[in-house]
Amino acid sequence: MATERPHLAVIGAGPAGLAASLAAAAHGVRVTLIDSAAGAGGQFYRRPPAGLGARRPEALHHRWRTWRRLGDALAARVEAGTIRHLADHHVWCVEPVERAELVVHALLGPLQEEPVTVRADAVLLATGGYEKVLPFPGWTLPGVVTAGGAQAMLKGGLVVPGQRAVVAGTGPLLLPVATGLAAAGVEVAALVESADPKAFLRRPVALAAHPAKVAEGVRYGARLLRHHVKVLPRHTVVAAHGEQRLDAVTVAALDTHGRVGPGTERRIACDTLAVGHGMLAHIDLAESLGCRIDGLNVAVDEEQRTDVPGVWAAGETTGIGGAALSLAEGHIAGRSAAARLTGTRPDPHTWARAARSRRRAREFFAALDTVYAPPAHWTDQVTDETVVCRCEEVTAGAVRKAVDELGAGDVRTVKLLTRAGMGWCQGRMCEPAVAGLAGCEQTPARRLLARPVPLGVLARAGDPEDD
Amino acid sequence: MVGAACALYAARSGLDVTLVDRGPVAGGTTGAGEGNLLVSDKEPGPELDLALLSGRLWADLAEELGEAFEYEAKGGVVVAATPEGLTALETFAAGQRAAGVEAVPVAADQLHTLEPHLAPGLTGAVHYPQDTQVMPALAAAHLVRASGARLLTGRTVTEVLRTADGAVRGVRTDRGDLHAPVVVNAAGTWGAEVAALAGVFLPVLPRRGFVLVTEPLPRRVRHKVYAADYVADVASDSAALGTSPVVEGTAAGPILIGASRERVGFDRSLSLPAVRALAAGATRLFPFLTDVRALRTYLGFRPYMPDHLPAIGPDPRVPGLFHACGHEGAGIGLATGTGRLIAQVVAGRTPDLDLTPFRPDRFPKEAG
Ligand SMILES: Cc1cc2nc3c(=O)[nH]c(=O)nc-3n(C[C@H](O)[C@H](O)[C@H](O)COP(=O)(O)OP(=O)(O)OC[C@H]3O[C@@H](n4cnc5c(N)ncnc54)[C@H](O)[C@@H]3O)c2cc1C
Ligand SMILES: Cc1cc2nc3c(=O)[nH]c(=O)nc-3n(C[C@H](O)[C@H](O)[C@H](O)COP(=O)(O)OP(=O)(O)OC[C@H]3O[C@@H](n4cnc5c(N)ncnc54)[C@H](O)[C@@H]3O)c2cc1C
Repeated sequence: MATERPHLAVIGAGPAGLAASLAAAAHGVRVTLIDSAAGAGGQFYRRPPAGLGARRPEALHHRWRTWRRLGDALAARVEAGTIRHLADHHVWCVEPVERAELVVHALLGPLQEEPVTVRADAVLLATGGYEKVLPFPGWTLPGVVTAGGAQAMLKGGLVVPGQRAVVAGTGPLLLPVATGLAAAGVEVAALVESADPKAFLRRPVALAAHPAKVAEGVRYGARLLRHHVKVLPRHTVVAAHGEQRLDAVTVAALDTHGRVGPGTERRIACDTLAVGHGMLAHIDLAESLGCRIDGLNVAVDEEQRTDVPGVWAAGETTGIGGAALSLAEGHIAGRSAAARLTGTRPDPHTWARAARSRRRAREFFAALDTVYAPPAHWTDQVTDETVVCRCEEVTAGAVRKAVDELGAGDVRTVKLLTRAGMGWCQGRMCEPAVAGLAGCEQTPARRLLARPVPLGVLARAGDPEDD
Repeated sequence: MVGAACALYAARSGLDVTLVDRGPVAGGTTGAGEGNLLVSDKEPGPELDLALLSGRLWADLAEELGEAFEYEAKGGVVVAATPEGLTALETFAAGQRAAGVEAVPVAADQLHTLEPHLAPGLTGAVHYPQDTQVMPALAAAHLVRASGARLLTGRTVTEVLRTADGAVRGVRTDRGDLHAPVVVNAAGTWGAEVAALAGVFLPVLPRRGFVLVTEPLPRRVRHKVYAADYVADVASDSAALGTSPVVEGTAAGPILIGASRERVGFDRSLSLPAVRALAAGATRLFPFLTDVRALRTYLGFRPYMPDHLPAIGPDPRVPGLFHACGHEGAGIGLATGTGRLIAQVVAGRTPDLDLTPFRPDRFPKEAG
């Protein structure tokens, strides 16, 4: 292509990546949008594949109109050649090569064997987040799925995961999951939430500033009522039961200290348990680039720039905050990148609306964070026999032994001494649990490869002959 | 690792030992490297003598604790791809044999009996049965436990306490003072900083290394296998990247490929050229690895000294201060010997090896 437009590679086609791509493409930049999923949309706008013949996909989606607008705009840009969309591309690393050039290394398709490289003048990381799940006895039984997994099965494949479900854990995601399951005809026996969402109502300032969110909450409440979903606040799942697969769970009430109240246990029959304890950001690519990490999120400035030249980040990779925040951050990042790549001065006044909605969404999620939390003493329920790291089959007992007897004091040393986190998922799943059991903070894991890479591909990565 | 070994041998010689670390056990370079205990890569001299002593001590410890720290006496195989390479390797091996190393030449047609999945067309190799391996973090943790030393983790040493006449009387930490007439600096890559707390110059510098770890596989690599140019690389003074990968299987299944060497300060970002070179070298030796996936790569900073020898022994500049650091890419292997020598000199006994080459004050300050 003989175009002289500067080239931005956007990794992740969720709300943040989409908003960023559209904003950048509208301001003089050629964009390559790279995503591992088969279609654009990310976690939020996950759609049933066209072939499945869903009659009313919008029934499973909120803000269907926003998605239609983004999707149509993307299609138009792709048609016009200003955005190239690479679906089914799994990025395993971004390599800064020379001054002002970066190479995105990806693996193609479901097998992730064939290498693809994209050279760009700048890179925007919009890799979103993934679900956090804490262990409890029985959590490895078939029939126990993540909340997002259940949602994805509904949204993506229109598969009804089970006949009778319990939704449990903590966080605002449980609401759409429970209502989504119920709307799809699953009997939702209970929504078990360890926090007390009513505590949120006692924060009038946060609420007053966000009438739309309050309305959303009320809507979910109404839907739960309509589907006769029993909500159990300040409750937790203490165990899942079943021989071959899940057939029941035991739930119990939590006291004010976050401990299970003796004698409050009761059994609920179900064949599906959807659990989730919040979300964590995907920061692997940023870490291998050497970007500064703030807590467990990529650190960015007002323009969504990381501290590595030519690298922007937007959406949940910079902190969990919902789709509206991702859209706002993506827009700002796309505008800033476009301005800087085309040599114009970025003017924050031109994105004041997005900046305002970013500020409000951040405030709102900061308030949510103070309410939603796993029970303070969740590790009490985790028996020594409970498997914590599923890939390497490391039990809670082994983790406790490494801490109490061998001098491990953080997630990394527990991993070294027990192999927890050394398997296929590289600790993405078990790190929060290990940190909880070890009684330490979870810290960035320094996963320098975002995906497993065949050595043959690695051996030739960046070889000019392969471009 | 080195601190753990010093604690073990000092405690076993009857001393009352406290082990202080600002992090957890094995939180430094020990948790970021590999556990090859190699004699094969060392030329005759003080380092090889230390490696041979250490190897014997590791074998003794393995009788008590070997299973706990995954001791495996699997042996090393160094291969040559060209006739010139093989000649150089055999000359090197002859020198090592004279110094007490078992080094058995392997002809090209026997190579595949030893390592069935090696690439075709290699010229020959030398087999080193004394090369062994441990899992470093487990080794450090179990040595600490076996020592019975008081373990204080999460405590940073901020000052070396001295008496009026300059002798050591303990250390100050961020959580209180610890009094002792003897202080051993086993701070690895950060040894220069701890030495500076006692007012002495010790040039320990970071030398970065990457290791690649594959998905778990049934055992197909039996020994530690590496190409002959590795030896030249270890002794290199170059700040540039040098790579010749050691390929080995582990008890848990993954194959480890390591390690690169660069002096780039404490830069923790991924260097694709470094891991690319590791992957290229490994797939050249073992073509089947081409389709095997690397699950992760990690990096560490070896404690590097300008003449590639560690600092072991008393510091004549500060009575009561001992150093045991700067082991570069061999600190796991050399830890046991170092611990034994330190315990001997602290107790005022004659050490098993002459410590002159390891003198901590051998570097004039200007050299830094
Ligand atoms: C079950 C569930 C229900 C939710 N309900 C709501 C709700 O009701 N309201 C609300 O506001 N929010 C909700 N959310 C959250 C919302 O989905 C997210 O806030 C939003 O999707 C974040 O957008 P993002 O663009 O930052 O990331 P994502 O949407 O996560 O998109 C990131 C994209 O990056 C891709 N990617 C990541 N790594 C790589 C890589 N290495 N190579 C290639 N591609 C990569 C991923 O495949 C993904 O497509 C829900 C989330 C879940 C899981
Ligand atoms: C990639 C790579 C591969 C390697 N492969 C091998 C191999 O195969 N075989 C081998 O033998 N060696 C190998 N090495 C080298 C080996 O890992 C090191 O030589 C060895 O770990 C050094 O051990 P150490 O105890 O001296 O240092 P460390 O393990 O770094 O311990 C030093 C400790 O001092 C603590 N500390 C520092 N400052 C303070 C302070 N002020 N107060 C309190 N505590 C402090 C640190 O927290 C740290 O825990 C490799 C290294 C790397 C990086």
